[in-house]
Amino acid sequence: MLGLSMASELQRPVHRRIIHLTVNEEEHELLLPVHRTLLEVLREDLALTGTKHGCELGECGTCTVLVDGEPQLSCVLLPVQVEGRGITTIEGMAAGARLDPLQEAFIELGAAQCGYCTPGMLLAARSLLDRDPRPARDAIREALAGNLCRCTGYHKIVEAVELAARRG
Amino acid sequence: MTDAQLSVVGKPLPKVDVGAKVTGAATYADDILLPRTLFCRILRSHRPHARILSIDASRARRLPGVHAVITGHDLPARFGILPVSQDERALEHEKVRYVGDPVAAVAAVDEETAQAACDAITVEYQDLEAVMTIADALREPTDEPIHEYARRPANIHRMASYEFGDVEAGFAAADHVREDVFFFQGNTHLPMEQHSATATYVDGRLTLWSSTQVVHYVHRALAQVLGLPLNRIRVIGATHGGGFGGKTDPFAHEMVVAKLAMITGRPVKCTLSREEVFYAHRGRHPVLMWVRTGVTRDGRITAMHFRSALDGGAYGSYGAASVFYTGTLQTVTYRIPAYKFEGCRVFTNKAPCGPKRGHGTPQPRFALELHLEKIAHDIGMDPVQLKRSNFVQPFTRAVNWLRITSCGLEECTDRVLRASGYLTRRRRRGSGMGFAISAYMSGAGTAIYWNDMPHSECQIKVDRAGVTVYCGAMDIGQGSDSVLATVVAEELGLRPADIRLVTADTATTPIDLGSYSSRVTFMAGNAALEAARKMRSLLAEAVAAETGGTMDGVRFAGGRVGELGFADASALAEARFGTLATAGSYKPPRIGGPFKGSGVGPSPAYSYSAAVAEVEVDPRTGTLSVRKVWIAHDVGRAINPLLVVGQVEGSVYMAVGEALMEEQAYRKGLHKWPSMLEYKSPTFLEMPDIETFLVETVDPEGPYGAKEAGQGPLLPVIPAINSALFDALGVWVDEVPITPEKVLHALESQAKQGRPRYGPAAFPEIPYPEPIRVQPPDPRDMRVGEALEADA
Repeated sequence: MLGLSMASELQRPVHRRIIHLTVNEEEHELLLPVHRTLLEVLREDLALTGTKHGCELGECGTCTVLVDGEPQLSCVLLPVQVEGRGITTIEGMAAGARLDPLQEAFIELGAAQCGYCTPGMLLAARSLLDRDPRPARDAIREALAGNLCRCTGYHKIVEAVELAARRG
Repeated sequence: MTDAQLSVVGKPLPKVDVGAKVTGAATYADDILLPRTLFCRILRSHRPHARILSIDASRARRLPGVHAVITGHDLPARFGILPVSQDERALEHEKVRYVGDPVAAVAAVDEETAQAACDAITVEYQDLEAVMTIADALREPTDEPIHEYARRPANIHRMASYEFGDVEAGFAAADHVREDVFFFQGNTHLPMEQHSATATYVDGRLTLWSSTQVVHYVHRALAQVLGLPLNRIRVIGATHGGGFGGKTDPFAHEMVVAKLAMITGRPVKCTLSREEVFYAHRGRHPVLMWVRTGVTRDGRITAMHFRSALDGGAYGSYGAASVFYTGTLQTVTYRIPAYKFEGCRVFTNKAPCGPKRGHGTPQPRFALELHLEKIAHDIGMDPVQLKRSNFVQPFTRAVNWLRITSCGLEECTDRVLRASGYLTRRRRRGSGMGFAISAYMSGAGTAIYWNDMPHSECQIKVDRAGVTVYCGAMDIGQGSDSVLATVVAEELGLRPADIRLVTADTATTPIDLGSYSSRVTFMAGNAALEAARKMRSLLAEAVAAETGGTMDGVRFAGGRVGELGFADASALAEARFGTLATAGSYKPPRIGGPFKGSGVGPSPAYSYSAAVAEVEVDPRTGTLSVRKVWIAHDVGRAINPLLVVGQVEGSVYMAVGEALMEEQAYRKGLHKWPSMLEYKSPTFLEMPDIETFLVETVDPEGPYGAKEAGQGPLLPVIPAINSALFDALGVWVDEVPITPEKVLHALESQAKQGRPRYGPAAFPEIPYPEPIRVQPPDPRDMRVGEALEADA
């Protein structure tokens, strides 16, 4: 379904359409301008503010979510691109009150300081461990190299991923 | 209290707020979205220096969805973080001074509409000469200075000139005198979180949620600019997504959303774009430095003369203090019997510089450490030995009157030398090691606006619901909330997780001057300690009265007060005394010497660090990679070693970025790379291994002996990397960052002219004023306050 209205301020037509998104195993039906990014939709339409924005240009990794288990930058994805696929945000990482081993390890080892990059970092790490349950240190660094952190110096994050991997 | 008696202090416990951060539940400023919120965008100058002839916002105002448009006429009052530099406006309507200077702001139904309205505003400019370098700023302007209050004949913002002791006699007594020139390029904080603020105006009361390091300073600035009394303004610090000094100033967007909320009666929110964060800046000053030092044959310093020229950008910010910081802390690591310092900060048409991690001291530390290395090479002495033979001693007073208390320089040095094998390293071309040391303040000894009140205040309430701590301190991710909880938990025999915290809210928490200058653990920690000990005393008295023992005999541990559970003990105390509320505060002692300008540099305690960096450099490409950093940090006492190591590793990381790649550089008036892709910063792949050693000197005035950890460990890493480059290839890059091009230039200069160096050729002529001449103190004089001042 395609809706058409005029965003008066821009003096140009805005396409809207109904989009079906599956986020953290919940189904959503949304009427959205097609140019709205997945990041905006998650944060503003679905109130899933755990997904952060750091640059909105696909440069910092802060907005990382999982799409069918693969880390993707939600700031450069459009909802139409992920219809019918399973999106996981940080809010969907724990199983109810039971934290993911990665979340536990980040807590224990001090891998989150300001915590702003943490949701994206955790999801990228989850994807890695799902592919490679016992990654070498270099593989961890490589997998997370697209996620910037300005607080920790990265070492605690690497150690936390290793700890979570050891615990399975 | 001995170490063995401490139950939670010194334990590597998780941060008290980390659960919310790993689940996405933490509410950062940009996560706040109140019903009926309007969105604000700011129109910024795209001219580096221009007079504003007219602003026409009529088209913007007519756009559907636009609720308000404001310009500088609506917010004409000037502000600035320092009382001596009230030179900013929320919105400029007379002239713009850098690309990014705010000119107008819109509140609209969504961001797109607000941006379209900004685009519809017409500003007529008359361009002025753009001043983009220190050299340009020292010349007479062709049309007009950037600020009317700049010192003629040029764009000079601030000068400082001091002579402690007889410098000429010191140089005359030297066997060897050397001069060097260094340049430290500016760089920015690059917090992952973009600045964001939301304001509401209800019942004549303004509330602002912001990503700030200091709610108190934002509170004051809002009152000044909006003309509202402080009691009608509430500033709340949202969960903080990284500052590093970059969110210590009050910012235009905070005032703008407040004004727009007052006009529209609706919540108004503004989140800066990443590009705008580069313009908000307040980052590391580019600093050109000249240093001249005399030494005896055996390497003892006889005199030092240090000159600095700071490129301040378009506004004052903290710059008047930054000038002094480029000259004050040299004396806190090395015993310098006679010391002259001349500093100068100029205005340029670039984003304003301010405090970044280490505020004004990484630049001179880089220069000083390299300069001493070179002197050691000149006189055929081992650089470590030369530095060591000049180390300050604990509990002494420096030539510029700074009081040194606990000092772990020797132990820090031993630890990194031993672990790295620096002294017995194998020499191989392309691989090298460098050593450097540093010191940093545990909070500034004087407030940025003059007052006689405490710098930190804390209240504790105990009732049937448990313990609540109220403090204005802002946790910016470093863990200051955890420190407060740990201190109170230690005193009351609880766990940090048992303590409820209310922090960084000007309506409910007593004042703390915020998270900058590495002050929170020392100052808010001491305030919390005082409040907690008072509370402990109330509980002990009630329990002793009930159980028949003495107050001193009541033990607080494991959730028990003497023989009672904590809840029962607090019920007894509440029945006996009524509401259980205690308060503590901290004001640093007056340490500064008897001269004008002595307020910048004194701190109740200095942290000390030593580092060894190991690098690999490819002489064909000039590419330098840091393999490993060994760092030892004298933190006094680690209240939470997990958090302290986190601060040390984060500091090393930031130093590696500054040493190798980070640059806030400009071309033709424009920032060269205002994006996270082009502004290079280290990723996982560029990070060296780090081995951290915490040295505990137990400072007599710190809470449980603690000193700072957040900034000091950055300082030695940069010069250690530069020295390691020399060790690897025999060339000096007397500049930061050390880019591959500079390494190649130095190698080329070595090959062609036999001058193995890349760096600035000369230091400019600067009309420094006559120095203020100050008699040095007795190095053993540890007095402070009235006792010191009466004599001096």
